[in-house]
This record gives sequence, C-alpha cells and structure tokens, in this order.
Amino acid sequence: MTDLSLRPAAVTIDDLAGDRNATRPDTLFSNGAKVAGYLVLVILAAIAVSTTTKAWPAFRSEGVGFFLSDNWVPSQGHFGARAIIYGTLVVSAIALVVAVPLSIGIALFITELAPRRIRSSITTVMDVLASVPSVVFGLWGFLILRPDLKDFYNGVADAVSGIPVLRSVFGESLSGQSFMTAGLIVGLMIVPIITSIVREVFQTVPINEKHGALALGSTRWEMIRGVVFPHSTGGVVGAVMLGLGRAMGETIAVALVIGASPQITANLFGQGEAMPSVIARNLNEASGNYRAALIGLGVGLFALTILINISARLLVKRANATKGAR
Amino acid sequence: MTTNERADAPAVTTATAPIGAARLQPNEEIPTVVTEAVFETRDLSVLYSGFRAVRDVNLTIRRGEITAFIGSSGCGKSTVLRCLNRMNDLIEGASVEGEVRYRGVDLYDPAVNPVEVRRRIGMVFQRPNPFPKSIWHNIAYGPRVAGVKKKSELDDIVERSLRRAALWDEVKDRLDASAMGMSGGQQQRLCIARAIASEPEVLLMDEPCSALDPIATARVEDLMRELRDDYTIVIVTHNMQQAARASDMTAFFGVEVNPNGDRRTGMLVECDTTATIFSNPSDERTENYITGRVG
Ligand SMILES: Nc1ncnc2c1ncn2[C@@H]1O[C@H](COP(=O)(O)OP(=O)(O)O)[C@@H](O)[C@H]1O
Ligand SMILES: [Mg+2]
Repeated sequence: MTDLSLRPAAVTIDDLAGDRNATRPDTLFSNGAKVAGYLVLVILAAIAVSTTTKAWPAFRSEGVGFFLSDNWVPSQGHFGARAIIYGTLVVSAIALVVAVPLSIGIALFITELAPRRIRSSITTVMDVLASVPSVVFGLWGFLILRPDLKDFYNGVADAVSGIPVLRSVFGESLSGQSFMTAGLIVGLMIVPIITSIVREVFQTVPINEKHGALALGSTRWEMIRGVVFPHSTGGVVGAVMLGLGRAMGETIAVALVIGASPQITANLFGQGEAMPSVIARNLNEASGNYRAALIGLGVGLFALTILINISARLLVKRANATKGAR
Repeated sequence: MTTNERADAPAVTTATAPIGAARLQPNEEIPTVVTEAVFETRDLSVLYSGFRAVRDVNLTIRRGEITAFIGSSGCGKSTVLRCLNRMNDLIEGASVEGEVRYRGVDLYDPAVNPVEVRRRIGMVFQRPNPFPKSIWHNIAYGPRVAGVKKKSELDDIVERSLRRAALWDEVKDRLDASAMGMSGGQQQRLCIARAIASEPEVLLMDEPCSALDPIATARVEDLMRELRDDYTIVIVTHNMQQAARASDMTAFFGVEVNPNGDRRTGMLVECDTTATIFSNPSDERTENYITGRVG
C-alpha cells in the first residue's frame, strides 16, 4: 500500500486574504446603493411629517370626523372628507376596471400574437398616448366626450329604470360630468403605463416553458393561461398598483369632468368630487383651517396609496407562497 | 392532398387499425391507407429569414422504431425535428419548403391544425422544462388541455404515465410537491412522463440527455428502450455512443459551406440501420464523422 499521509503544502493566511484594494469598488458600490435607498425613505418620511404638521389643525378640530363625516362646507368651517375620499375611490375603481383588461389584452397582443411589424407600431402608439398631457385628456373629455356621454348615460338609465339594483347604479346624469366620465378618462390615461410594464413582465416568461406547453397541444390561449399568467401575477399586480397610484393622484383631468360636488351616491352617472381636484381647485384661496384641511386631504391620499400598495404586495406574497402546492 | 395518391407509396400497408383512430375528430378525414412510414419528408428545406438552414431532406421514419439524428452541431437536426410537430411555426421568420407527411397526411397542408398535430406528436426538449407547478399538475397538463376533466381519471393518467416513465416510486408520495425541487434527471423523466400522458403516437426528443449526468442519461436511455414498444421515437443526439446503443435507425446530417457566403447549410447525408451506419456507412463523410476524423 502506498502511504497516503502527505505533508500539507504550506499556505499562509495572507495568501488567501486576497487583494483588499481590488474589492474596494464593490464595497463602495454596495454602500452607495444602501445610502440611496435610505435617502428615499428619509425623504418620504420628511414629506409625510411636514405635510401632516401643516394639516394638523384640521385633523385636531375635526377628529376622526375628518375621514368619517360627509359634511364639507368650508364657509362654515366643516371639513368632513368622506364623500371626497369616496369619489377618489370610485373613480380609481372605474379606471382600473377599464384599464386593466384593456392593458393586459394589448400587452398579450403585442407579446404573443402580433407580427413584428404591427408590434412596433402599437408600441409607438402607446408611447405617444403616454405622453399626451393630462389636461388635454381632461379638455377632450369635457368638451367632446361629455355631451355624448350625457345622452348615453341617460339612455342607459332609461333602459334599466325598472331593474332594482341597476336602477340605482346607473341613474340619471345631469351634465355628463360624473364618476363614470372621470373614471373612463383616467382609465384611458393609465392604459399606456400599465401596458408597457405588463408587456415587459410577459416578455420575461421563459420561452422553454411556453414551448413546453405548446408542444403538449395547448392552444395559444391555453398556453397564456397556464404559463404566461402564473409567471406574471406579481409583475402585473405591480403594474396595476402603479396605474392605480396615477389614477388616484390624477388631478386636472378629473377636476374638469367629475362635477365638483362631493356626494356619496351609488349612481355612477352622478356628479362627485375627488381628493386631488379639491386641493387643486381651492388651495390658492384657502387659508387657516381650510388650508390645513386641503393639505390633510393630500396626507390622506398619500396614506391611502401606501396602504393599498402594501396590501397588494402582501396579497401577491401569499399567493406565491401557496403556489407550490397547486 | 388525397389519400389515393398514397396508394402507390413504397411503404407497406398493414392490416391493423389505424393508430389513434379513436381520437380522430368525427369530421376529420380518416386515412384509408395506413403505412409503416410514420414520417416521410420530401425535399424538405427550412429557411430562417431567408437563410437556408437545411436543404432537401428526404427521410422516412418508420413506426415502432427509434430513429436517431446525428451530426455535428448546426447541421439542422433540431430544425428538421421541429418540422415533425410544427414547432418551427413558433420561430419568427422560419419557413418550410417541401413536404412532411405524417402517416400519409401533409403536415403543412392549410387544413392541418398544428395544435392537433402536437397532441399526437409529443416533444421532449434539450433542457428539462417542467412547469413551476406540482408534479401532479405537470403530468395532468396535457390531458387537461385535451379535455379530460374528472379528477379520478386524471389521477389514473398521472399514475400510469409516471409508472411508464419509471418515476412513480420516486415521487408517489410527493405528487403535490413542486416539480422544480426535483433533480435534473428526474425533471427530464417528468417531462417524458408529461409528454406520454397525452398519449401521443410519436415522441420527438431533442438531445434529451445533454444536460444530464451519465447515470441520469442511462436511466433515460433505459426508459426509451421501454417506450419503444408503444411509441415511435425520434431522438437528436450528438453523443454517438447513445445513438449506437439506443437506436434502430440512424440519420447522419452534414453541412456544406455555401459557395457565396460564410453560412453553412445542413443536409441529410444518409439514413440507414444503426448497425450499417456504424459499421459500414456508404458515405465517406459519415465514416469520417463516426470514426472521429471530423468533429
Ligand atoms: N431560431 C433560429 N433562428 C435563426 N436561425 C436558426 C434558428 N435555429 C437554428 N438556426 C440555424 O439553423 C441552423 C441549424 O440549426 P439547428 O437545427 O439548431 O442545428 P443542430 O440541432 O443540428 O445543432 C444553424 O445554422 C442555426 O444557426
Ligand atoms: Mg440542436
């Protein structure tokens, strides 16, 4: 037998320590990235704190009534924002109902169906649409869409006037300015951004898996349902959140077409009011508690966006956690 | 095409019922001539955006045999294989010239639905590509898109397919676990099980072992030999021992340098029994390749 016990070849700790200088850029970079990340958080916190401070007088005098009361009469010093918050939520919900299916459909068409030529022209159209200023959307909605929509709304209202629930959701429209008009326009406005993100998410789906599904005799649609969608839930939710953020914060277009009369009504064709448009319309003339209340609306909007974002993220996390078992 | 055209075909007519006839749609034309030839290509060429990747392939693939495609990399083996189940349709810019007949029917006839073709002709890819779902859902995928809905029926299919792929004992206790947690070799056998769950008539395999270690490779080869009784198998491999060990017929592909350009076009040099190709090939290029004189 040969002797296997060999003397270890000597290596000193310095040999293995490597060149410190060579790894310095790595350390610098990772520290830099950390600082940038924290900086964003600090700026966000600073905004939250300073606006909350400015809004504090209104919060203090109204208490929870600021969020729970419908009584918004600035001339009498009443600032109950519930109806305005309601308006923002309804408009955003309508916008998502319009924009999400449309965006996903366009993104699917671009990534899975369209031949290359058409693909790039749709992408261009989307980019152009994304760059149209929101005031133009608002003017278009106010001047051109509103009169036609008013007739359309009243036609629908007539048609469903005998049906219990629909009757109250699709009621009469006085001016064509309504939750619905605002929702439709904002929905159109957020289609490009959602589409472009969703498209990129779809493009990251592994081609191997797509081919695998097709080779098993899936139709394109079955492949999309079985492979593309499951891979994309997180990214699509992210895209929708971004769109929702824009919808909730959209100011000028909504201000032009929503009607500027805060009310809580099931009637989507009725007039309402939304948080950013109230702020934009009145901040210049407002002073004292009124001003504080308007800033309070901004704080509320900020909080609402963050809340929705966090819950969406948790939802995706939970969905992903249970995915393995399915 | 009309089926009569095939009456004078060189292939042998068999008395058995057409394979898979039960699955033909009622409105589908039932081929009256059943030949032993599962695939026949006639002057098949494939172009990628105008570049002729492989040209003039005339090949017959017979039922119940394992046919291996060998040849150096880039000579069009995968390209030809993808023509056999219309997977080339998915590659932008790819176009096909000539004919590919599957049991007498021209696969590129406008009336042919590629989805139906792929249900009958299964494919296993070079890299294992299980879905990020449970083992059960991977196997049940094909039958479900083909319309099987009942859980009990799907359970049966899952078990049968996994047994057939010699994977049942390894995974029967964790059918609900994600397929992504399996080893590469297991994943590839899962992909084979997934392909046979759709009860295809043919299995196409594109270098199914190239991402596997030798032991996993041996298991896949064993599996192929077992499946041979029920399926026609076409396998692309650049491992010549694998072709020699596992196949009945071998098709050798070569390349020629285009006179007017630097790109190379592949072609079929010869196709014969594996024994002949490896011991007594008729073409010098084949011999050079087999004996390792040309990479
Ligand atoms: N998707 C594709 N697009 C363009 N050219 C391709 C594509 N796939 C293969 N080719 C070209 O076709 C030729 C044959 O490729 P392939 O069939 O993959 O060869 P093999 O499988 O024998 O290695 C090669 O020249 C390759 O560059
Ligand atoms: Mg290949």
